[in-house]
This record gives sequence, C-alpha cells and structure tokens, in this order.
Amino acid sequence: MQIYADNAATTRMSRTAIDAMIPYMEENYGNPSSLYTIGQRAKEALEQARADVAAVINADPREILFTSGGSEADNQALITAATLGKKQGKTHIISTAFEHHAILHTLEKLEKEGFDVTLLPVHENGIVDVQELEAALREDTCLVTIMTANNEIGTIQPIREIGAVCRAHGVLFHTDAVQAVGHLPIDVKADNIDMLSASAHKFHGPKGVGFLYARKGIRLTNLIEGGAQERGKRAGTENVPGIMAMAAALKEAAANMEKNAAHLTALRDRLIAGLSDIPHSALNGDAQRRLPGNVNFCFEGIEGESLLLLLDDKGISASSGSACTSGSLDPSHVLLAIGRVHDVAHGSLRLSLGEDATEEEVDYMIRSVGEVVGYLRSFSPVWRDLVAGKTPFIL
Amino acid sequence: MALYSEKVMDHFRNPRNVGVIEDANGVGEVGNAKCGDIMKMYLKIEDDIIKDVKFETFGCGSAIASSSMATELIKGQPVSEAMKLTNKAVAEALDGLPDYKMHCSVLAEEAIRSALDDYRKRKGEG
Ligand SMILES: Cc1ncc(COP(=O)(O)O)c(C=O)c1O
Ligand SMILES: [Zn+2]
Repeated sequence: MQIYADNAATTRMSRTAIDAMIPYMEENYGNPSSLYTIGQRAKEALEQARADVAAVINADPREILFTSGGSEADNQALITAATLGKKQGKTHIISTAFEHHAILHTLEKLEKEGFDVTLLPVHENGIVDVQELEAALREDTCLVTIMTANNEIGTIQPIREIGAVCRAHGVLFHTDAVQAVGHLPIDVKADNIDMLSASAHKFHGPKGVGFLYARKGIRLTNLIEGGAQERGKRAGTENVPGIMAMAAALKEAAANMEKNAAHLTALRDRLIAGLSDIPHSALNGDAQRRLPGNVNFCFEGIEGESLLLLLDDKGISASSGSACTSGSLDPSHVLLAIGRVHDVAHGSLRLSLGEDATEEEVDYMIRSVGEVVGYLRSFSPVWRDLVAGKTPFIL
Repeated sequence: MALYSEKVMDHFRNPRNVGVIEDANGVGEVGNAKCGDIMKMYLKIEDDIIKDVKFETFGCGSAIASSSMATELIKGQPVSEAMKLTNKAVAEALDGLPDYKMHCSVLAEEAIRSALDDYRKRKGEG
C-alpha cells in the first residue's frame, strides 16, 4: 500500500489546478504587462484569479497581492506592520512560540532592529488564550501575528476573538493561514483580519505561489523593488500559470470544504483512537480543535526519524519533529512550546491526511505504526530503562 | 538521491548484533535523550579479544546503522585494535553519512570507547 500522509508539508496538485495552468504556458503565455492580445488575455485571467481568490475569503480583489508563497507573504506582512509601527513610535509585536519559522525568523530580525517581541504561551492543548493576549497588549503594540492553524499539531486558534480584541485596541492583526486556507472557512471581515498569508501548495495548487491579503488602507512595504506589478507592491513578472492554478485549486477546495472536512474528521478521529491504543503514546494538541486531517503523536522510548524510515518502507510518507530530521540538536519548537520534554518530543509522528484517504488506509497506518513502534522499542535502551522502572514513564 | 547510502539502509533495516549480553564484562552508554540519540554497547571480552558485542540504540537511522557497523568492525578484534576505532572508519564503512549526521557516528565511537573503558576498569579492580 502506498499512502501519502504528509499533506501538511505539501499536497499533490489537483487535476483541475493542472488543467487551469496549461493554457497559460502553451497559448496565452504573454506577459500581462504587454498590450498585445496574448498579453492582455493573461492580464484578464490574472485579474479573474484575483477575484476568485478574494471571494473565497470575503475580501476585495484589490486586497489580494500575489506572492511566491506563504513565506514571502509572512515576511511582507510583518515588515509592513513593523514599518507602519515604527512611524508611530510603536515597536512592540505579539506572537506565539509555535509560529512557522517564516514568522519567527522575521521576528528575530525585527528584534535585532529594536523591536520588542512577546511570544504568548500556547499551553498544553496548543491554543492561545485570548485573555492572555489582551493582557499582553501595550500602548506601543503595533502588531499581533498569530497563525490560524498550526502546521505541526494542527490546532486551530480563536482567530475571530483574537481579531476582535486587536480591532478594539486599534492594533493590526496578521494571521498565517497557510494551513487553513482551503480547509477551514475564513471570512476576513467577520474574523477581523487585517492581513493574512496563504500558500497554494497546501491546497492542491502548485509550489512557489501564494498570496497576501492586506485590508484596504494598509500601505504595504515592498520586499521586492522593480516593475509596477501588483500595484507597485511586489515587482516581478507575475507567475501567471501558477496563479491560475492556485485560483482553480482554491475554488475547488472551497466548493468541497464541508464535505472534505466531514470525511477527514471522521478518518482523523479513527486514526487518533487507533494510535491511542499504543501504550505510552499521546496525542499532541487539542483533540477537537484541530485541522480535519491532522494527527500528531508522541511515542515514548523511540526516535522519530527511524520511525519515518521504517514507515516509508511500508509505503507510508509521514513526518516527525525529531531533532535528527531537522538537522539540529533540538526537536520541534512546536512540541516544546506545548510542554513536551525533549525525551518524548524526539519520538513524534505527524500524519496529515489527504481528502482521498480511506478507512482501509487509516487502519493500515494504525497497524504499521504499532508494529514499527514495537520493533524500535525492542532494542531501545531508553525503553528498557522505562520498562525496568529505572526511569519513570512520562506518557 | 536518497538520504542515506544503500549500506546505511541495509544496516538500519537489518541491524547486526542487536540486543543485550547478560554476562558482559564491558558496558558503555553514551548520548542522552535530550539530543536524540542514545547508544548502549555490551562487550564480552576473553583474553583481550572481543568475543561478542551487542548494542541497543535509541536514535535516528544513522545512529542505528552506525552502532551496527561499529559492532561489526570490532567483533573478533583485540581490545588494542578496538580502541583505535574512529567515527570516520565507521562512516567510511557505511559508504559515507550526510554531514549533519556525522555526530551519530561519533556517538558509536564513544559508545565502544566507553564500554572498553568499563572493561579495563573492571579488570583493574578485579
Ligand atoms: C504555517 C505555515 N506558514 C508558512 C509556510 C511557508 O509556506 P511556503 O512553503 O509557501 O513558503 C508553511 C509551509 O511550509 C506553513 O505551514
Ligand atoms: Zn542521529
């Protein structure tokens, strides 16, 4: 059996998305800035795509800026808010400890430039407390940036409430919605969102394309200078085929959102129940308030990379937050942020299901993970000490 | 290209000398759960020759393969030869390891060294 269970890393492009991009490579390949027919056709298509994307999140097309993906959108949102804040003498930013590195590393850069960053705790369940956010707001706070759903443990944040608090205090609110767009309903107006980042390859579109939503009136700071594309806020000839594919993928995802979510939630809960039967294991993050396809576990006494390699041998593609998969000595900052100690954080497994997943596949994954965890424990000195009572079980 | 060489994958999938030696006369454990790799080596040494060696490892593919290869390299060797085992020799015998995985082979060298030190200490005392 071959099962791709790493949809949080990236997704397979949908047929609809692939079909949508081909005409803009073969026929209407003109530069949207050119005045002849095939250029203008590309331009028209681009603006239709912008309208389609905007409609899905209840934005105005002029509030959508196409980017090279989620990372660029995150960077531009933060740099924009920092630039606006600095002009008003506001240099305090609030975020969380478990954001994506596109956010965290940009915040580190801003700290070096004199910004003061508060990282809110995300607690054992992986969810921000809105009251703690409100308490952390200061006179000089210029931005709150909190992700809609976490990429590792899938936990969903109370975005609407966070947005309302920010609105009430006149502070800009950005959300990295890369894992959520196309999977969860988002309404930038009702949710009080000022800026939002999205990435096409997380909803069956192509890699290297994404968008930044910025509410009307927010003056964006350029990351890339050059031509006048994207209302002068992002230079460079537009990735027309990629943008067309993104819009098609997003429309498709939005049209099927409820159906997909119901199907995935049932499979997710079946998978969680099955893996919970493995002794000394624990689900990471809230069991209910999480992305429909996200399952993330820690298994005591084993290490994540060897688990992944053996699952790969069984045809299962998954991911882990262990140090040895990241190339650093520290395990996932997300697992540490929800209070997992290093010892168990190394033994984590993320299975992120795709919409085409089946019960049969879920049952195969439950069996396979159980077998591999049991095998790795059979020659783990850590497990031996736990079983012998030399060290106490954590999970 | 794959992350690991065929040799690494072979030793990872079919680790040699896995387990415990109950009457080992040299035991060493290195690494810690904080960094993500822990190796435990058991040696049975007679007349200064390593008659048997077994290991247990908590760790990544590279750590498991390195432990397995290290045990192969020292099995049947005199203690004086085993003392000379380097992580480079382990990595080379595995047809190389990715740069950021070299520390896992260092751990294998250290685990063997630690078990040999334990043997010498026991001998010195006994
Ligand atoms: C939450 C989150 N933010 C940002 C990104 C970066 O997106 P991209 O790969 O499009 O740059 C990702 C995906 O890797 C993500 O999961
Ligand atoms: Zn390792």
